[in-house]
Amino acid sequence: MEPIIDAHNLVKVYNEKGIPVYAVNGVHLHIEKGEFVALVGPSGSGKTTVLNMIGGLDKPGKGYVRIAGVNISEMSADKLIQFRLRNIGFVFQSYNLIPVLTAKENIEFVMLLQKQKAEEREKRALELLAQVGISDKADMRPSELSGGQQQRVAVARALASKPRFVLADEPTANLDSVSASNLLDIMEKLNREEEVTFIFSTHDQRVIDRAHRVITLQDGKVVSDTKRT
Amino acid sequence: MITKLIWRNIWRNRRRTLITMSSVAFAVVLAVCMKSLQDGVFDNLVKSLVSYYSGYIQVHKRGYNDEQNLEHSLDGPDTLLNTIANHPNVSGLAARIETYTLAAAGSVTQGCMLAGIVPSQEKLLTGLDSKIISGTYLRESDKALLVSEGLAAKLRVGLGDTLVLLGQGFRGNTAAGMYPVQSIVHFGAPVLNESMLFLPLKEAQEFLSTGNRVTTIAVNIRDAAALNVTSHELKKRIGPELEVLTWKEMMPEIEGHIRADAVNFYLFIGVLYLLIAFGMFGTLLMMLTERKFELGMLMAIGMRKRVLSTMLVAETLLITFLGALAGAVISFPVVKYFEYNPIRFTGDMAAAYRQFGFDPVWPAIFVPSVFVEQTLIVMAIAAVISFYPLVTVYKLNPVEAMKR
Repeated sequence: MEPIIDAHNLVKVYNEKGIPVYAVNGVHLHIEKGEFVALVGPSGSGKTTVLNMIGGLDKPGKGYVRIAGVNISEMSADKLIQFRLRNIGFVFQSYNLIPVLTAKENIEFVMLLQKQKAEEREKRALELLAQVGISDKADMRPSELSGGQQQRVAVARALASKPRFVLADEPTANLDSVSASNLLDIMEKLNREEEVTFIFSTHDQRVIDRAHRVITLQDGKVVSDTKRT
Repeated sequence: MITKLIWRNIWRNRRRTLITMSSVAFAVVLAVCMKSLQDGVFDNLVKSLVSYYSGYIQVHKRGYNDEQNLEHSLDGPDTLLNTIANHPNVSGLAARIETYTLAAAGSVTQGCMLAGIVPSQEKLLTGLDSKIISGTYLRESDKALLVSEGLAAKLRVGLGDTLVLLGQGFRGNTAAGMYPVQSIVHFGAPVLNESMLFLPLKEAQEFLSTGNRVTTIAVNIRDAAALNVTSHELKKRIGPELEVLTWKEMMPEIEGHIRADAVNFYLFIGVLYLLIAFGMFGTLLMMLTERKFELGMLMAIGMRKRVLSTMLVAETLLITFLGALAGAVISFPVVKYFEYNPIRFTGDMAAAYRQFGFDPVWPAIFVPSVFVEQTLIVMAIAAVISFYPLVTVYKLNPVEAMKR
């Protein structure tokens, strides 16, 4: 079976004042559908850069990324936007949501970009809000929600487009331990019950402990790849 | 939902949006009021000028305007007068015979302009009777003169004195006659005040041996804005043998002055709009900087650059439009107020105005196109400024945008 993500020999070099700095140096990754993967490593290890390349936000200097067999490393910027919209869900560290839209509208927004009908959008947004346990916050704006609630909305929004996988860049970094734990519960439940593939970068041990597969990066290279049962 | 997003985005920083809108509104108010006032002043000036003597339009035999003599006169103008009077925009007309003549009283002789007029027509067209400062207005059958105040002073004549007129009549005939002064009129314009003599048309035609001829048909119109259209239509109606001239063609220096002043206005308003444009641009820069992460995030989750830039351009245009609309709404009662309550000068300024025969007032004029024009100008500025977010979005890299 073809992996959902096939990253081959990814290299990303930044030129800092004429000196080449290898942010990512020869990373190979194969991620199957339904995995719950943590990319870990210290700051500057290349977690976010790998995540950006897998998510089609950044292009590798060398190597390629195939998503369900499609090489996204050679796509134009405009095609990549469309590809991301239909295939990848994103949860960022913070400021994830559109501040002027309510929780429900934020979730609907992605479906609007996919040109889904208004009734379908609303129905799915309400379902997703229920799944992440904040149905009662549907009409609240992000500024009226706690950090944990905002991240739950972000997870719901990431799932709204029915993506192949969800990328989360340090999703718990700005959350207290209870909110972080609740968010992970939701992500785990979605992974277990709906087979949603999650790949998240983190250096939070509480998150690492919950991951089913831990890929450790150091100096832009994969130094370990451990699966847990 | 995109519309909702645009609307909410413009109000996310309410104070900044209101300040931007206010600056746009202020510029529109200032521009509309100034333009309405300037147009009002010019309209008043033109009305005063044409009501002195010339009328809005004059009809002559072709060539008269270049060579003003009796050889370029019109014979039997009754049919022509009817044709002109039947035009729906014509509100009045007056037939005249005009020539230069010598006037003598005692040992003083002066060159002057003699106008043979139909008193009842002039009364309606130029209000000549209202300019009389002594004596009585002419009747059609009178054989007497109406003399301008300055000319009377030069000739040292008063009411009841006799003037001897000597000139050249039609086809080289000698024209000579003696007429009593029946009334004296004052013109604000010095050139008229020091040179005009009026005789009833029949008597002037007799004096000049022209028979039924006239040189000029002065025409007033109802809608001054339709001046060129009316002139064009009259030309078509009366044929190529005659010339139809508007006041702009007869007095190009006045038209030139109005145009020059209009340019000055646009220079002033241009500077004002430039300042407003910089203010709007500053707002846009701040907004883009504040929302850089968000724009990157929107692109990351799948919002196309085209949609994103359309949204930002729409926000800029909407803020500007609302500001311009507010400006137009505020300007409306201001312009209307000054239309009915013109700025009225007093003292020396008023005296100077009166000396030249003008009312010492600055009225505004309500022209809807001025409101539309100024709104479109600020919208055009906003459209130009919107290129900046457009370019910014097209250059935006979501990874760079979301870096902290």
